[in-house]
Order: sequence, then structure tokens, then C-alpha cells
Amino acid sequence: MRAPLSWLREYVDLPAEVTGRDLAEKLIAAGLEVETVDRAGADLEGPLVVGEVLAIEELTGFKKPIRFCQVDVGDANGTGEPQNIVCGATNFAVGDRVVVILPGGELPGGFKIGSRKTYGKLSEGMICSVSELGIGEDHGGILVLPADTPVGVDAIGLFGLRDDVLDIAVTPDRGYALSIRGLAREAATAYGLPFKDPADVELPGETAEAYPAAIADPSACDRFVLREIRGLDPDAQTPVWMRVRLHRAGMRPVSLAVDVTNYLMLELGQPLHAFDRSALTGPIVVRRAAPGESLETLDHVKRTLDPEDILITDDSGPISLAGTMGGLTTEIGDRSTDMVIEAAHFDDIGVARMVRRHRLHSEASYRFERGVDRDLPLYASYRAARMLAELGGAEIVPGVTHAEAPVEAAAITIPAAHPGRVAGVAYDRDTVVRRLEQVGCAVTGGETLTVTPPSWRPDLTDPNDLAEEVIRLEGYEAIPSRAPRPAAGQGLTAAQRLRRRVGRALAGAGYTEVLAFPFVAAKDWDDLQLPAGDARRTTLRLANPLSEDEPLLRTTLLPGLLRALAHNVGRGFGDAALFEMGVVFRPRPDAPARAPRLAVDRGPTAEEVASVDAALPDQPHRVAVVLSGDRERSSWWGAGRPALWADAVEAARTVAAEVGVELTVKQDRHAPWHPGRCAALYVGDTLVGHAGELHPRVTKAYGLPARSCAMELELRRLGEPVTPRAPHVSTYPVATQDVALVVDTAVPAAEVEAALRDGAGALLEAVRLFDVYTGEQIGEGRKSLAYALRFRAPDRTLTAEEASQARDAAVAVASERTGAVLRGT
Amino acid sequence: MSAPNKSYDPVEVSALQPESLERARDEALAAIAAAADLDELKQVRLAHAGDRSPLALANREIGALPPAGRAEAGKRIGAARGAVSQALKTRQAELEEERDQRVLVEETVDVTLPWDRAPRGARHPLTTMQERMADVFVAMGFEVAEGPEVEAEWFNFDALNFKPDHPARTMQDTFFVEAEESGLVMRTHTSPVQIRSLLSRPLPVYVVAPGRTFRTDELDATHSPVFHQLEGLAIDEGLTMADLRGGIDAFVTGMFGAGLRTRFRPSYFPFTEPSAEVDMQCFVCRGASAEPGGDPCRTCGSEGWIELGGCGMVNPRVLVACGVDPDRYSGWAFGLGVERTLMFRHGVEDMHDMVEGDVRFTLPFGTEI
Ligand SMILES: [Zn+2]
Repeated sequence: MRAPLSWLREYVDLPAEVTGRDLAEKLIAAGLEVETVDRAGADLEGPLVVGEVLAIEELTGFKKPIRFCQVDVGDANGTGEPQNIVCGATNFAVGDRVVVILPGGELPGGFKIGSRKTYGKLSEGMICSVSELGIGEDHGGILVLPADTPVGVDAIGLFGLRDDVLDIAVTPDRGYALSIRGLAREAATAYGLPFKDPADVELPGETAEAYPAAIADPSACDRFVLREIRGLDPDAQTPVWMRVRLHRAGMRPVSLAVDVTNYLMLELGQPLHAFDRSALTGPIVVRRAAPGESLETLDHVKRTLDPEDILITDDSGPISLAGTMGGLTTEIGDRSTDMVIEAAHFDDIGVARMVRRHRLHSEASYRFERGVDRDLPLYASYRAARMLAELGGAEIVPGVTHAEAPVEAAAITIPAAHPGRVAGVAYDRDTVVRRLEQVGCAVTGGETLTVTPPSWRPDLTDPNDLAEEVIRLEGYEAIPSRAPRPAAGQGLTAAQRLRRRVGRALAGAGYTEVLAFPFVAAKDWDDLQLPAGDARRTTLRLANPLSEDEPLLRTTLLPGLLRALAHNVGRGFGDAALFEMGVVFRPRPDAPARAPRLAVDRGPTAEEVASVDAALPDQPHRVAVVLSGDRERSSWWGAGRPALWADAVEAARTVAAEVGVELTVKQDRHAPWHPGRCAALYVGDTLVGHAGELHPRVTKAYGLPARSCAMELELRRLGEPVTPRAPHVSTYPVATQDVALVVDTAVPAAEVEAALRDGAGALLEAVRLFDVYTGEQIGEGRKSLAYALRFRAPDRTLTAEEASQARDAAVAVASERTGAVLRGT
Repeated sequence: MSAPNKSYDPVEVSALQPESLERARDEALAAIAAAADLDELKQVRLAHAGDRSPLALANREIGALPPAGRAEAGKRIGAARGAVSQALKTRQAELEEERDQRVLVEETVDVTLPWDRAPRGARHPLTTMQERMADVFVAMGFEVAEGPEVEAEWFNFDALNFKPDHPARTMQDTFFVEAEESGLVMRTHTSPVQIRSLLSRPLPVYVVAPGRTFRTDELDATHSPVFHQLEGLAIDEGLTMADLRGGIDAFVTGMFGAGLRTRFRPSYFPFTEPSAEVDMQCFVCRGASAEPGGDPCRTCGSEGWIELGGCGMVNPRVLVACGVDPDRYSGWAFGLGVERTLMFRHGVEDMHDMVEGDVRFTLPFGTEI
């Protein structure tokens, strides 16, 4: 809501020295979010005066029409002589009143005016257009004033060309603040000054009905008022001061009738609609739509109506979408003279639904959605009729149509001490009553107050609503600060601590964290080479994605990570190692089609909560890494080392180590990994994830360097973090035995190692692969794996014989399980 | 140590003759003096002072002497060995000194050579900022609560007193999950964690909930469709707006240091009543930039104040929807923007930097913030 200060001043007598910024500060403290204060016209400098065009000489010989004018500016130029002005506009005639800026003046944008020679004449000033004056848009024509505008007077003061405009972001509970009326009331309270209500006009004591109307559905509309005017002069212009205010408030002038309804909507907060009387047939009825009905609205869109839509209808059918937008057939036009003015109170939810259903946002619907004062229609419609009479020569048809469904004003009962108990500050009863009355409430009672909120505050329904009114007007600044005193908490959960540890461990291992958006495309699944039927292709889809290209919610972290990797590679960081930890979204096959909407007037049962949760997707935390280029760089110390599938597997081990579990690695084929370089990662029998080199098609699809690698695992599958037990640290010496085992190439090293471990028995402290050899010496299709076995006893020095026996036992199991033979035997 | 000879052999005892001893000593002293470096001296030590050196072998023979001669012989050997040992010690010191002066200098390397063999990593500052913000409350005794990112509308809206079709609800720029009537949304704020906490925890409840949230805002310098909030909730008997203010003040002190003022402005959220927007005094200029003649401040745009977030007293309707008796319990809640906090605390200027995953942006933040 944009509110010119001069407009507010009409209804609250603010001291002259109060500026827009001063008022903004007070309104902010009262809870109105003033976003900006525009100092409109602040850069406008006079002399700027009303002039009358006395003579026009058309200059010829130029590419465009040029006029040399004599303009009477009264005594404003100090001489009383006509002012000579060259002008390029042609939309005025001798005798017209115009706005003239004289030498020494300055127009918005730093445009200084002086006397100058142009087109062979001396031009002493300029005739102004609305855009030059900063009060609207035009198409090159100058502003022609009404014929009765006094010549020689200061136009800045006359039309309010200099004004502070407050731009206020009104929160959706405060419909009343979408009006000068509501804001002036707040300003009056803030300054402790009386408020003059612009709706407070004396209505004529009428008994006759105007145009006939009835409410057929009281749930759609509980007040419907019509008044009629006749004989509006179609040539009557909107006065300049009104155009200026409409422009300041952000609205475009249209015609006098439309401008008046808009002006009053801004001033009072009551949307008004004018019908062309001659286009109406039969009595008006407010009702819901019937199946199959349609309406072409003012924006020339033909709309199929929904049975919930609230309509204004006559014998011809629908003529307006209530409180939202009028219909085309009854629209007032350039030549309309007789009008029916509608002021009504429509159901806020009904209007809100129409807005969303028809995607039709208007100034009127914006206000109805947020709550309009139900008591306004009689007054607002009367003011509209009177304004059209005064400004457009219309005749007010006696009588008013007033259809109404009764509404009980609901009172709220609160202890007088309630606001203080909410604030933590004691307010005495009189303060509470005074503040509530300032808001417009009727208050009765002693220590228990019965409070009836005013018609313009439908948001006040609960005791705490009233408490807030008292507290904000007394000032939030008065609230003291009391340190929190919670019971001792238990700190972070094991899962929360784990996620922090995993992040630190991966960062320590050289990975940089990425927080990618969770939105993915169906194309990602193809780019990742996921086979049809892969579980990761089963996703949730957003109904309104930001990009139609990425409407799906991720079931794997890899697409976002790969894009981030490509981003870094593209910026010149080809040696990149990234990680992400976050949730993926897996639809549950047995989920109900919709999450139930539970009651809110009581707590839900455990079963009800479970029924809602059952509709949610599974959202487990995953961790993933991607890496490309060199894992170790080359330099003076020697050669570098490219990132390998093994780095990806090691990243998984880094994560598993934070849980305290050992990963078992198995050869696998699983997209998006290279079919020969893909490790399945297990804890016991549980598959926790995959790691390895990416498939060349995948790196190509994401624009990544060849041989980029990735790992992804699901954190919870690693199990609960293990609480470590202290090991016994033997002080006896170690006995080392090396063995080289030859196996078929296809035998996984992990199986050989596992066999060695199982066979070596309790004396084995560690086993470590220190070499892999393939070559002629051992024959094709074979490989030699060299292991160092470390034996140690907790209670004695091992003899060479004991160590050898343990080694032999280890080799025996390896031979039995994997066909391994000792190299050189 | 070898055992002394039990047998008597006059020939071997000749080793104990004074001349033999002197000769062995002098040879040793000469060899020591001739040792050119520490390695040579080590060989000399082995040859002339080791277990198999002439003096050591002579010493073994003492037991072969008649008891009357043993003391005299022992004295002579002791003197000779002492002289050798002293000479070794002296020469060792000389040679070590020489090594220190010459050899170690010759071994000089260029220690300014770079070492960037393995790249460094870092955690995302939004992650560490969430932890840091939450930890301020954890230190006070709050616990960290969590909730799903795809959330039911009942938790995200209804239970939080967002009425169906009310602008407060339609203004939330919500991502809806298909189908249209699924009742599922991407949570638009961390506030549904308030509901989950009240339904799952015994009273009183003191929790914070950092997390990711979603709105249908196009990505630009100051907006992102995916962003992070820190929610706080305290429900206990007798809590007032003074406790709310105290909680916010404690956070400001924990994050930005002592002595910064906070300012409350009335506002509106369906799930709190009364509601407020809260500002803190700028922690850089402490408000001085807004004073007449003050130096401009980039952190607060010379406003002197920094917007922190929204807060308020938990609407009793929310308590009712969670089965909590609003006549007995009351409480406060707040929501702070993590991106915003990162932006003003660390001078981040563009939202793109926080979402693109560029390592150049993230690396300087390390693993804590
Ligand atoms: Zn500052």
C-alpha cells in the first residue's frame, strides 16, 4: 500500500514539521512495515505556475510541428506580460490552461529551465506534460487543465506535486491497513491525535430502493448495496489532484467513474464496482455459479465458472465475478452516463478461492481476501455517488438498495491482566482499556473485560490478538529481557554427532562440501545410465517446479554433485574432490494417495500422526563424493597420482570409520559406475552403497573429465555408531611373516585377505597387502598378491616356530578358499 | 660381560704388563686423534674401547693374577681406559661440532618450496553456520530437533494456524508435491519441526531446529528456492515475551559478543501471537554508522541495525493443535535465516556463491565457522 503523506494529513492533523520518514518510524514501531519513503517531487523546483495559452504561431520549415506560444502566467513572471514559449506538443489550443515552468525552475531528473534560443525564437520556459511533472505516464502531450483553473497560481501547491509517499508491506492479517483510513487511524494513535474518519458521512434518510438486488447465498455475501447515478457528463475529466494521488498510490487514471471508485477504494478500503445501468436487465442476484456458466471478464478472458464462484448476476446471467473482476457486457464505457454503483461485503475465503482458481489478482480481491470492513458499503457507495455528482455533474438517484444477511458481532472475554501476562510487563486495567478503545474495540467490564472488536478488525478473534494490540501500542521496547532457563538438555544425538564427524573427516580427506538443490530431471536417470526399472527412477514430482526441466526430487545425491563438479572443472579446477551429505526422497510404495488433513482444535492421536507420516516419502540421509583429475599433484617431489576408483572406495571407508564399522567390498556392476570398476560396499550383509570409477558415458553426459570417480552410501545403513572398547596393547615383540600368494586374476583380493585373516587365528595382529604382481614369471591369467602378516601374543614373545605355524595356517585357508598357491613353490 | 678366566696362564698375563698397556693406550689415542669424522670415530671406538679391544681383553685377565697383584693391575688398566674414554669423548664433541658447522649446512634445502600434493577440503559454510547457531542454544540446554523436508501440509500449515485459503498461506510460495491433492509440500519453513517436537517430546520443550527449506523463488543475488533456517521453540509454564527477548539476546551474545542491543518490531505470523521482527545492533559499527557524521558501514548499510528474523509468542491455537494445554503452558519461537546470517557475518554478497558449490568460495571457511 502506497500512502501519500498529504492524503493521510486530511484525516489526522499531524504537525506541519512531521515528514514521511518521521511518520514511517512511528508506524514501524506500531507494527506497519514501511519499506520505503519516496520523496516524490522533492527535485521539482518552481516557479511552476498555471498559465493560459493566449496565442499560438505554427512555425514551419522544421521536421516536426513546432509552436511558438504566448502564455499568460499572471504575475508569476514578475512582469505580468505574456511569456513566450516554444513547444513541440500540439494537443492544446488557444484558451487552454496549462502548467508552465519558468526560467530558474527545475523538473524531476535535474532538468534545469532557462531562457534559450530555439527554432529561431527565444523560449522563456516550458509547457509541461504529466511525465515531465512526475505525476504519470503520457504519450508526448502536455497536461491540459480544467478551464476554471486559476491562472498564475503555484501548481506545486495546487496539485500536491511535492509529497512524501510511504510504501507499506501490509501483513495479511491487517486488511484495514490497505487504506488511507486505516493508516491515518494508526498515525493518529501513534501521535496521540484525534482521527477524522473519512467514512463518517451523514447518509440521507432514504426509504426508497435503488436498482433491485437480492442475496441468494448468504454464505457468499452478507451485505450488498447499490446506488444509482444518472446524467454523468462523459467528458468530465478526473481532477488533477486526484490523478496525482492515484499515480502516487500506484494506479493508472482511466476515466472519471473508474478513477472515483479506485480513489475511494484506496481511501476507505472498500472496493467499489460501477455497472453501466443501460446494460443491466432485470434484478441483480448474488449467488454461486451454476454448472456450465461462463463469463467474459474485463480483461477479455472468457472464463468457465466453477460452482463455488461467487457471482453478480442479472436476467442475462453472470455479469461480474464478485469482488474480483467485472464482466465485459456491463462495463462502463466512454459514453456511459447512468451507472449502478455496487459496494458489498463478500466472503473472504470465497474470493480467495476465485482468485486462485482463475489466477485473477485485482486490487479489489486483494482487499476482500484480507478482510474488508463490513460496515462500509452504505457509506462508501454514498461517497462515490456524491463525488460523481460533484466532479461529473451526475444526478444522484434517491434511494438505496441494501440486501443483508445478519452477522453477530462476536465479543472476546479476557482478564484485564492478560496482555501483561503475555508481555511479561504489568499494564494497569485503564491502560489496557484505553489501548483497546484506540484500536476501535468496545470494552466493558472490570477485571474481566468483554471486548467487541470493530467492524474493520476481523482479525481480532483471540485473547492473544487483543494482547498484541495493547503490547504493540504500549511499545515492544518496554519489554524486558529475561535469560532462558531450560532444563539441562542431552546435547546432540548420536546421529547428529555422526553427521558432523563425517563432514569433518571428509573435509580432512580433501573433499569440499557442496549443498546442491534437490531438483533433478528425468534426463538425469538416462545420463546416469540407470536401467529401466531402477528404483532410483521412482521419484516424487513437484506440481509447480521452478523449471519444467527439473521437476523431480532426487533419489540420489549424484546428479547435483556431478553438476557441481562440472561447474568447478569449467572454472578451471579440474582436480576437484567434492562431497555432499543430505536427504534423498524415496516414495513409499504403500503410501496413501494423500496425507490426511487432521483437526486443529485438539491434539492428534498417535495413530493420526502415523497416518500422516505414512504419506510422506522415506527421506534418509546419504553421503556421496565425486572426484576428478589428480588426487595428488606432481611437482618437485615427484609424479602426481590421478584420482582412482580406490579413492572413492577409501572415502566410503573414511565414512564407515566414523561409525566404527568395517566395510566389506565386493565387485559389482551398478550404474552409474564403470562395470569393471564398481565396488559394492557392505556392512555385514547389508548393502550400504557403491563406489568406483564412473561409466565413460556418464562422465561424457555431465561434461566431466574421463575417469572421474564417485561414491554414494546411505548413512543409516552403516548402523548405530559403535562405542569403541579399549584394546589390550601388548608390550611383547612383533613377529613379521611375508607371503606371496598366486591366484587367478578373477579372484578378488578381498577374499584372499579375508581367508588369510580367518586362517591366521588369534595371534594375527594385522595383515597388509604390499604388492600386486602380474607377469611372465607367474603365467597368464594369474596374479601374485604379497602380504605382510604381523603376529603378536598378548602375554609372551612368540617363537619363530609359532609365527610360522600361524602363517602356514593362514595360507592353508587361503589355498582352500581361493586356490592360492605360495609363490615360488 | 664375559666371565674371568679360572685357569692361571702366565703367558696371557703379559697383556697386563705396563708396556703393553701403554702401547695399547697410545695406539688408541693416536687412532682417536686421527679419526676424521663421526663414522670413523665410531670404528675407532669399537676397535679401541669395544668389548674386543686390547684394553678390554687385558681387563679380563685381571682375575688370572695372583690376588696381591690384582689391585695394582686394575689401577693401571683403569687409568689407560679412562684416558681413552676421555679422548673419545673429547674427539666426539669436536667432530659433532664440526658436523654441525659444516655438514648440516651443506645439507640445506629450500624450505620455501611449496607442498600442495594433496588438496585441502572444507565443509560448506551454511552447514557449519547452522551448527554454530544451534550450538549457542545447545550450550544453554536446548536440544536439536529435526523434521522431514517433504512435509505434510498439516504440519507445514494447518497445525501452525495457517487457515486454508488465507493469504498468509497462499503467500508462502509453496512447492507442491504431485498429485495436486497429495497434501504434501516441500516445507516452506522449519516451523513444522515445532509441531513435531511438541507431539514427540515431554514438556517442557526447549529445542532448536536447523534445516533446509524451500520456496518458489527464482535464484538471484538475494533469493534462492532452497535456503536454510534455524527454528527455536521454548514451551514451559509461565513464559512471556520477556523470555523471548532473553532468548534472542542470549543468541546475539553467543554469536556476536556481549553488549549488542536488540529491537523488536510488531509483525505477523499465523503461528505466533504476538509476533515480532527482531533486529540487532550492528556488530561491526555498533550503530555508529547511523549517527550523524558516522563512518559508513557495509555490514548494516549504515542503518546501525541488522534484521535477524521473526519471532513471537507461540499462538495458543498451535498449542491446542498439538494437544498442549494453553492455559498451563505458553512459549516463544523464532526463525532465523542462515543464509542471511552468513551474508552479513561474513560479507557474502551473492546467493549464487552459496549454491554453486565453487570450491574457491567454500575452501576459506575450513571446517568450523
Ligand atoms: Zn554497521
